[in-house]
Amino acid sequence: MLDTLLPILIFAALGLAAIGAWRRVRLWRQGRPSKVAILRGLAAMPRRYLVDLHHVVARDKVMSNTHVATAGGFVAAMGLAIVVHGLGLAEGVLGWLLLAASAAMFVGSLFVARRRRNPSARLSKGPWMRLPKSLMAFSLSVFAITLPAVGLLPEDFGSWVVAVALVAVLVWGLGEMVFGMTWGGPMKHAFAGALHLAFHRRPERFGEGNRSTGLKALDLDNPKAPLGVETPSDFTWNQLLGFDACVQCGRCEAVCPAFAAGQPLNPKKLIQDMVVGLAGGSDAGYAGSPHPSQGLGGKPVGEHHGTPHGPIVARDGKALVDADTLWSCTTCRACVEECPMMIEHVDAIVDMRRFLTLEHGNTPGKGAEVLDNLIATDNPGGFDPGSRLHWAADLNLPLMADVKQTDVLLWLGDGAFDMRNQRTLRAFVKVLRAAEVDFAVLGNEERDSGDVARRLGDEATFQSLAKRNIATLSQYRFQRIVTCDPHSFHVLGNEYGELGGAYDVCHHSTFIAELYDAGRLAFAPWKGGNVTYHDPCYLGRYNGEYDAPRNVLKALGIEVKEMARSGFRSRCCGGGGGAPITDIPGERRIPDMRMNDVKETGAELVAVGCPQCTAMLEGVVDGPAEVRDIAELVADALVETPADGETQSQRPLAVEVV
Amino acid sequence: MRPEIRDTPSLEVTVLVSVGRHPLTGRGRRADQDARGVELARGLPEAEVQLLHAGTLNEGSETALRGYLGMGFDALTLLEQPEGADILPALAETLDEASPQLVITGECAERGEGSGLLPYLLAERLGWPTVSGVVAVEGIAAGVATLLQALPRGQRRRLEVRLPAIVSVDGAAPAPRQSAYGPARRGQLAFVPGAVSLDDDWAGWQVQRARKRPKRLKIVKAASARDRFKAAAAKAEGGGGQVLEDVTPEQGAAAIFKLLKDEGVLR
Repeated sequence: MLDTLLPILIFAALGLAAIGAWRRVRLWRQGRPSKVAILRGLAAMPRRYLVDLHHVVARDKVMSNTHVATAGGFVAAMGLAIVVHGLGLAEGVLGWLLLAASAAMFVGSLFVARRRRNPSARLSKGPWMRLPKSLMAFSLSVFAITLPAVGLLPEDFGSWVVAVALVAVLVWGLGEMVFGMTWGGPMKHAFAGALHLAFHRRPERFGEGNRSTGLKALDLDNPKAPLGVETPSDFTWNQLLGFDACVQCGRCEAVCPAFAAGQPLNPKKLIQDMVVGLAGGSDAGYAGSPHPSQGLGGKPVGEHHGTPHGPIVARDGKALVDADTLWSCTTCRACVEECPMMIEHVDAIVDMRRFLTLEHGNTPGKGAEVLDNLIATDNPGGFDPGSRLHWAADLNLPLMADVKQTDVLLWLGDGAFDMRNQRTLRAFVKVLRAAEVDFAVLGNEERDSGDVARRLGDEATFQSLAKRNIATLSQYRFQRIVTCDPHSFHVLGNEYGELGGAYDVCHHSTFIAELYDAGRLAFAPWKGGNVTYHDPCYLGRYNGEYDAPRNVLKALGIEVKEMARSGFRSRCCGGGGGAPITDIPGERRIPDMRMNDVKETGAELVAVGCPQCTAMLEGVVDGPAEVRDIAELVADALVETPADGETQSQRPLAVEVV
Repeated sequence: MRPEIRDTPSLEVTVLVSVGRHPLTGRGRRADQDARGVELARGLPEAEVQLLHAGTLNEGSETALRGYLGMGFDALTLLEQPEGADILPALAETLDEASPQLVITGECAERGEGSGLLPYLLAERLGWPTVSGVVAVEGIAAGVATLLQALPRGQRRRLEVRLPAIVSVDGAAPAPRQSAYGPARRGQLAFVPGAVSLDDDWAGWQVQRARKRPKRLKIVKAASARDRFKAAAAKAEGGGGQVLEDVTPEQGAAAIFKLLKDEGVLR
């Protein structure tokens, strides 16, 4: 009886899955078109899955082994089951292989079950809680029906009651694993995730050491092109596909600084909101932690609803997402870095912000004022653009307008208007002079890089600033741009390229490290106390520079006491993405949490490399540690280079400028 | 929407908008007070708001005018006037024809003559009442508007004025909403030819950059923080002035001359 029933069951499940797949694809295709290399993407998919995705999953060793056993076992078992039971080819080794695959899957599912016994807060509950049982149902029933096929049990083993029970369990397993994969359910992540990897919006991010972090430009020349994302269908189809791939593991939620601060953002919930939007309906079915809300624990689930062609953010009232959810993001990319499905949360958030700013004119907090300042004065503070170099009135900085060409163009950034950052800049100038670097500044010709405007969604102002900066830079010749501001670094290095400006940009810590390695700097031994280092998001996660600042600190004789969250897992200071400008209230402040991290290391000083981080961490009331930029530490430790030989004079090589 | 039967037609409001000038960079922008005027108009219930600008369209002014469109308007009427023309007759004629019930202006333009006389001259020509320094329109009923006027030191005065009227907006009026790029780019600039009357005086004028007005340093000899606070918060006292009554013009002039000498304005 099983011989006739099994092929029917298997092919029925596959057929239904195919119909479900077609329906799901139609949902994704509601999105805007996007140029994707279909065949090349499909060809690259196995490598992206086995190498890039697994690299992220493997940060949790137990989970990664669990997934290898379960997913590998399932793929093998399903493929073999089609051959063995669907086509009835049980001869030889195939049946044994099927037994092994389903056994491996069963072992994996035991670990899944263990993970679900006391699930952590970041995991979604609801249908996800039945997944281990479904995995067991599938693996056990396949194992059992294969035993007669390989001859371990007689063909007519047991009564028809056993057979019916077995088939019922198999139907459950096939239902979850094959039918549910395309009709919705926990296994949807496998189908959507595989295609998401193949048709990813940023194919260039895959591969060892590759990253792709620059936002993509809006087409402002075409008046028909939409300004950002109003409805779920305004996303490109592969973005929608990406949202659908979410496995709700909550790793993003665990690392999100806004979520930890009790601001109304939970990256996982936001992605699920988008899934609700693309399919239409309400978020009542969501079974994870909600968006926090100030003092209330969480925004209730079930009050928001959306449709593929309805607004995501309502002008008034409720739609799919509240605006303050989108404005809570600091664009720190911790979620993207942590996401095993390679979902691009930050792109989606900025896309939606673009619509709110460019079409609604609804940038909250000081956003409108900052954008007006950027338009009128080319800097966010509204300062006189002619006063950009006032901090250096006594330094005689060479101007590009005079020298026309130089080795190093020192990009000052808007920190030039901030008295705290001016100390950093002066320290760095002292270092450059000590190493006798040929450098120059743009001076008053420099404008804001456009970072804040772009993160606040004002793509028009960003492009205007960027194009004028590119035009200015094109007049001069220089080898590379060095900047003390990781935000400028990121924008100049990763985002100007699309607008026609390709530059070799580096952070001042990278440059100092190079100068030290070349023997052009020498430092007095460190006499201070314990030091920790805070990785700026825009230097680390955005640009992959984790080593240079640590090498500089090491050269200074400092042994860095690392915080629990450092390197690619560094916690944001709260200063990125215009978050201090929109200032969405939360239960805690992000920089306070970061300073607590510093306190846990027992460090008396936290070294930073970013004007935003400096401002945010110094703004912590009663901070447990002093905040110094790497440039300041280096400038303080400068001694004459020993290259002069025996004639070590007492004359300081560098003139005191601080 | 519940159907509402109203016997009064919707309120027609025209906001006169000018091209502003950023105080630091001189770039064209929404004039601050005019933008506040637009915001005031947007806040009026049941109002049909028209934007009207008299001037020329060029690269600098287009950004500024589109800035007003970005506050959520489909169109802006541009009454074409060449550089240096006296826009008063053309504006008066246009307003007379369109006959809006309420005209909102800023108090003083940020470029050009900037005399601040336009609302008064327009009101004189049209024979309408004018109210300056308005911060809110509290209500309009039976052809009478209730206005809130700003007075120094945060004081407010409630006024009733018969429509049609011209009101100028104070800098204390609610801040204008953000100008959004999308509507600003889409909005139409509707050109209307206007009668041109050249301002002969203007042609003969020399324009030069204004010097910063010298500011008297306030020397505070304060022993305590309380004294310093009191000095900072104190009313600007006239102190030391004198009131001249029943004097001849010569005596008055001599007194002013002496004062200017004492203050070092004349040497």
